Formats: sequence, structure tokens, C-alpha cells
Amino acid sequence: MTKPLEVKQESSISIRSGATKSYALQESAFVKWSLITISLVFLSLFLILPLVSIFVTALEKGWATYVASITNPDALAAIKLTLTVVLIVVPLNAIFGIVAAWAITKFSFKGKNVLITLIDLPFAVSPVIAGLVFILLFGAQGVFGDWLFQNDIKIVFALPGIVIATMFVTFPFVARELIPLMQMQGITEEEASISLGASGWKTFFLVTLPNIKWGLLYGLILCNARTIGEFGAVSVVSGHIRGMTNTMPLHIEILYNEYQFTSAFAVASLMSILAIITIIIKNIIEWKVKDV
Amino acid sequence: MELTLKKRKRNTIIPGFSLTLGYTMLYLSVIVLLPLSMVFFNTLSLSWSELWETIAHPRAVASYKLSFGTALAAGLINVVFGTIIAWVLVRYQFPGKRIVDGLVDLPFALPTAVAGIALATLYSPNGWIGQFFDFKIAFTPIGIVIALIFIGLPFVVRTVQPVLQNLSREIEEASASLGATRLQTFTKVIFPELLPAIITGFSLAFARSLGEYGSVVFIAGNMPMKTEITPLIIMTKLEQYDYVGATAIATVMLVTSFALLLLINIIQWYTNRKFNVQ
Repeated sequence: MTKPLEVKQESSISIRSGATKSYALQESAFVKWSLITISLVFLSLFLILPLVSIFVTALEKGWATYVASITNPDALAAIKLTLTVVLIVVPLNAIFGIVAAWAITKFSFKGKNVLITLIDLPFAVSPVIAGLVFILLFGAQGVFGDWLFQNDIKIVFALPGIVIATMFVTFPFVARELIPLMQMQGITEEEASISLGASGWKTFFLVTLPNIKWGLLYGLILCNARTIGEFGAVSVVSGHIRGMTNTMPLHIEILYNEYQFTSAFAVASLMSILAIITIIIKNIIEWKVKDV
Repeated sequence: MELTLKKRKRNTIIPGFSLTLGYTMLYLSVIVLLPLSMVFFNTLSLSWSELWETIAHPRAVASYKLSFGTALAAGLINVVFGTIIAWVLVRYQFPGKRIVDGLVDLPFALPTAVAGIALATLYSPNGWIGQFFDFKIAFTPIGIVIALIFIGLPFVVRTVQPVLQNLSREIEEASASLGATRLQTFTKVIFPELLPAIITGFSLAFARSLGEYGSVVFIAGNMPMKTEITPLIIMTKLEQYDYVGATAIATVMLVTSFALLLLINIIQWYTNRKFNVQ
């Protein structure tokens, strides 16, 4: 995910040498259009049709049913819960990402590569296992189970559990965008700022932050998209309490399993709109970075 | 001269080293490392025979085969079509290209559960696509492969695309001027350059597919021994409060994933080294 952003910067010079149209250098028009057709058919079957079908199914029974589906109290509770989770998880992971990238890219120390690998670890773990580990820690039979019960603190099957499981799953997003970017930028600008007498904080806000703002935003929207959509991990720790611990994806699952397809797809269409907005912002950022 | 340079690097004037590294380690330990270590600790409490009985249970073994086989099939399909799509996006101009390029990221942005219900509906026997096939797609292993193709495609396209973009045209010109046909130039000159990226993309998609849950459960049918993926076994055990069993299966999955991660890193390290030598 990081690669297109950094590489595109250097690759904007495309080499167009020689106007000779030789088949030794270029495929025939037949091959070209065959490959384009294959790509478009493949993308239609696996990406475009699913996306279109979501909106068609959602609006199948008319606008009134659609509005009713997304303003149903359980749906609204799910939307509210998902937004709450986003507002907690995304800022915390963003701060972590910035701090980790600062430590890793501005200083040299032993074990740096191990640390980078460890930060990436959640990407290699199944979301279901991400949920499981928090049941093992905070569940009734878990390590802290008794203590939590005695002190009447609920983590699993409540908001804190959903937040922490989502945090685990989306942990690497911001850090892994910033680390390669800040590595490329080096430390000379920060050194100049500090040696001219600026404080560390001032240097960060006036020198580093403007340099990394697009990379940061890029990481933020990817983290945000995954936070909104996380299903497996949240499914394990949420307990599926309707109107209480159901996030939007879990609400969709319940509706779908109850054969309320129109309602399920109505809520799904809201999430699809968010996904499309995410992709548009992502492309704007890539375009901006390429421009600089 | 070299000595002083080294010294200066170590005593950097940039502040915040212990603060930022300390915070990173603390946060990493609390959110990721400590929770993950629970899986291994809990597994240690099992006796060897108990552990073996759980992880070698026929239903579990069937799920490993299914998860592995479908992830492999989806990965290979994505390698072929993902490379073609990357090629088309880098080398050709056609109307709507920018939209197609953006759309490739859809699986990263769309919630897996949303993708799951959409694919299950499309490929079900009376769905838009499913109706054209004589055999069942949804609720069979083919359905699982379809969900995993969806999930894995951007990994392949987005790793191959930048490499293709940075490939210098001169080597192709050299190849052509030495008398190679276009096909020879592709197979002998371009493809070897793309191979490390293709392998990395495949491994990333494969690793993601092994653990994928949300998009698969809706289309899989979830029949024990037939269409039950390994993450679903963990889920089922958890719903039955069989935490020990769930943890044992999770250990198998984690060890596999970590081995894969190591392999990916080795490939990348090897590729980087090759690149640096040049």
C-alpha cells in the first residue's frame, strides 16, 4: 500500500522515445485491446458488479423503504457506535504512527528492523484471532477476568473491547505510511531547525508535519476505512447485543441472516458510499504528491 | 573524518529519542505483543495429546486444506489477472482509465462484510451472475475462491504497478533492436524484472486470504468438512465457549502466518540486495 505513493514521485518522467510504431516495441492493437477487455471483464465480475448490486438491491423496494432501513433505531445505534469507535481508534493510532515513525526514522538504534516487523505484525494475524486474544485477556475466564468482574468493569462484549480489538487490527496503517516517507526525507531539515534554536515541538509542528501531511492523511483515511469496516475481530468481542454493541458491519450481518436483504443492503450502501469517498480522497492525495 | 561523522550520527541533536521509542514500545506491547503472547501461553497449558487431538481433528484438518487450497487458487488467479491489469493501467491509454485505476482499491476501502453479502447475492444460483452457470458457485469452495480473489486483487496490482512504471524502456528497446520479438522481450526481459513484485504481491494476498473472515462467511455456506474455513472453526469454538480449542487452532494459524511473513521479508530483503548491488 505504501509503494505507489512514494514511487510515483520519481516516476513521472515517462520515456517516449522514437515515434516508430514497431511491433517489436509495442504490442499489436489486437493484443492491446484484448488485454484491456480481459481486465475490464475481470474487474466487472469481481469489483464493479458487486458494487453496483449493493445500490440496486438497496433501492429495490423504493426510496421510502431505503430511508426507513437506515433510520431504524438499531441502524442509527450501529452508526453511532461505529462513529464512536472511529473517533477513539483513529486519533490514537495516528499519534502512535507519528511517534513510532519519529523514533524509527530520526534516530539510529539496534533492532530497528525487528521493531518495524513487529509493528506490521497485526496485518499477518487473522481478525478472528485478533478478537480471540482479547477474550483470553479480558473474558470471564481470561487472565484479568476475575479482577474485572470484582471491580465491575466491562471490556469484552462492550465498547472498550470493540475499541481495543479494532485498534489491534488497524494498528500499523499510519506508521507504515509514515516510516518510508520520513526515511526518504532524512533528518537534515530537523537538524537545521534545532541548531537554529527551535524547540523539539516547534520543529515537529513547523518542519516535520508540513512535510508529512499528505502521507499522514493517506494513512489516516486507510486506517479510518478499516476501522469502519472491521468485522471479524469486532464480531468476536462485541457479543452482538442489538442497539448496544452492534457496529454497522455487525448490523448488516444480522439483517442479512434474518433475510431482511433490502435493509442489509441499505446499510451496506451507506458504507459503500464511504468507501467510494475514501478512494476519491486517496486518489486526490496521490495526485497532489505527484504534483509537488 | 569518518570517526567524527559516526560520532555525530550517534549524538544527534534531534530531541525525543527515549520519549518516542519508549512510547512506541509501550503502546506496541500493550496493544499487540502482550495480547498475542496470550495465544502461546494458553497453548502451553495444554498437554501435548490434548493439543494434537484438537489441531489434528478431521474437521480442523479439512479446514486447513480448504483455507490453504482456496487461498492458493485465488492467489494464482490474481497473479495472472492482477499482472494483466497492472500492465494495462501502466502501458495503455483508454477511456475511463483513471476510474478503473481508482476502483482497484475498492477491496481495501469496502468493509469485508459488505463485499461478502454482495458477492453471495451475485453468485447465488439465482443471482445476476450465478444464474448463468449450471453448477453452484456460492456455498461451495468456488464461492470462497471468488471472495478471496476480491480481497487479494489490489495486493498484486499495487505491488506490480510501481515496478512496471519504473522499468526503463531502454532495456526493451535494446532487446527489440537485437532482434527479439515482442513476446520474447516480455518473457525474457520484462517478466524477470516483475517476478519479485509478483511473488511479493502473491504472498501478501495469500497471507491475507488465509485469515480472511468477513467476506468469506457469507458466500461459503459454512458446512463442516466441506466449506468451513479455519477462522470459522475458531469462531464456532468461541461461541461454544471452547476457549482452549479455539486457542489451539489459532496457534496453528499464527505459526503459519508468521512463517509466511518471514518468507515475504526474506524475498524483499533478497530483492533489495540485488537492487543495491546493481
